[in-house]
Amino acid sequence: MEIKGTKDGILVNLENQDWLEAKGDLVGQIDARLDFFNGAQLILDVGNNVLRAKELGELRDFLSEKGVLLSGIISQSIVTKETAQMLGMTTKLTKLIEKPVKKMKPLDTVIAGEAAVMIHRTMRSGFKVAYQGHVVVLGDVNPGAEIIASGSIVVWGHLRGMVHAGAEGDEEAVVCALDLSPMQLRIGSHVAVSPPESGKPQPEIASVKENQIIAEPWQY
Amino acid sequence: MNGKVVTITSGKGGVGKTTTTANLGIALASTGDKVVCIDSDIGLRNLDVVMGLENRIVYDLVDAIEGRCRTSQAMIRDKQFETLFLIPAAQTRDKNAVSPSDMVRLCDALREELDWILIDSPAGIERGFRNALAPSDEVLVVTNPEVSAVRDADRIIGLVEAEEKGPAKLIINRINPGMVKRGDMLSADDVVELLAVKLIGIVPEDEAVLVSTNHGSPVVLNEKSRAGQAFADIAKRLKGETVPWMDLDEKDGFFNRIGKMISGGS
Repeated sequence: MEIKGTKDGILVNLENQDWLEAKGDLVGQIDARLDFFNGAQLILDVGNNVLRAKELGELRDFLSEKGVLLSGIISQSIVTKETAQMLGMTTKLTKLIEKPVKKMKPLDTVIAGEAAVMIHRTMRSGFKVAYQGHVVVLGDVNPGAEIIASGSIVVWGHLRGMVHAGAEGDEEAVVCALDLSPMQLRIGSHVAVSPPESGKPQPEIASVKENQIIAEPWQY
Repeated sequence: MNGKVVTITSGKGGVGKTTTTANLGIALASTGDKVVCIDSDIGLRNLDVVMGLENRIVYDLVDAIEGRCRTSQAMIRDKQFETLFLIPAAQTRDKNAVSPSDMVRLCDALREELDWILIDSPAGIERGFRNALAPSDEVLVVTNPEVSAVRDADRIIGLVEAEEKGPAKLIINRINPGMVKRGDMLSADDVVELLAVKLIGIVPEDEAVLVSTNHGSPVVLNEKSRAGQAFADIAKRLKGETVPWMDLDEKDGFFNRIGKMISGGS
């Protein structure tokens, strides 16, 4: 016999027992633990046992004498259910009444994303980041600093150090910066150096196109 | 008294750390503050030369740290300023004679007696630099407006940040306004933009610095020198005063005009 508390009251599971035996056990339990059961609402799961009005009615009266309200019967038997309903007992647990929430398929607009590391500081000469994934720097990357990423590299600031995107061979990786003037820029197996500065810096994105690194202004 | 420990460092050699230390020491002492300059470049001392105190050295930094003398015995009083002292580096030892914790201990003792403890750091990022950085409350990074010096300054500023001694403040030394104007030299703005730290002084290139260094009489004592004026301004800023930035073009502009007239006429 299994006893557990639920929202609806104390649920006693008697489904695997023959009714007479189960009833005896239940009465014994209640007598033994009157303090616990006194004032409680009781729900019995009787499994396949077929119970008629007489049996349930007797049990209910017996229990109410002990201060226990028999408020529900859970059963697979249609006869038992009907009997319980006739006696004004519930035949379902609240939990069971609730429709099982269907797992919603994630919409296509939810993107899992990929591993990246965020560096919120200026990377000065001598600083180095090596990361399996993408690297985002919020700050400048000064000459003498190095970033090596298996994915792409985004610098929200001046990029003047050495960067290597797609360091494990990903030629699809990109490097972008508000001011893209790295000492040296590598994507996969390609290497490029910045042309001499000309004019006001603008956001650019570098990628491999037709086997060479091309930097283009960022269109937004 | 609760003295402040200021470390003057640069990374690259020859940018003017020692000159800056000597001049700031004098400028601070001239206002009556009690100042000690410590030369932490063990084995390559020269702050004593710049301050003109070379011939008075009896004990040095290593003697004081190793307990061969009292700290006060290693403090050489300046020729001119009663409240200015020098603790010279040992010339016959190397950097490993001193540890960062030795420096912290020494400076903690000095704080009780003095207003300012200025530490002249050796070039580089090795033990000597660590020694100079360990006790510091404030770090001044000296650089020249040239790419290699700025690169090293950037490295040093990063290390200072990593040691949680930052943010360092920047002194740009030996700037030549004429060359900046012609686009032949990095401007102060270029340097500050790259290093992204607070500027505490811009010192113009000035022949008087070399002359006074050779005489062992720091340039800040020369009222006509613009470099001397710039060092005096830095000292005031260290003390928390707001000092307007010197107009670097003033004097040079005049010569530039003459230069232009001549070149325009030919």
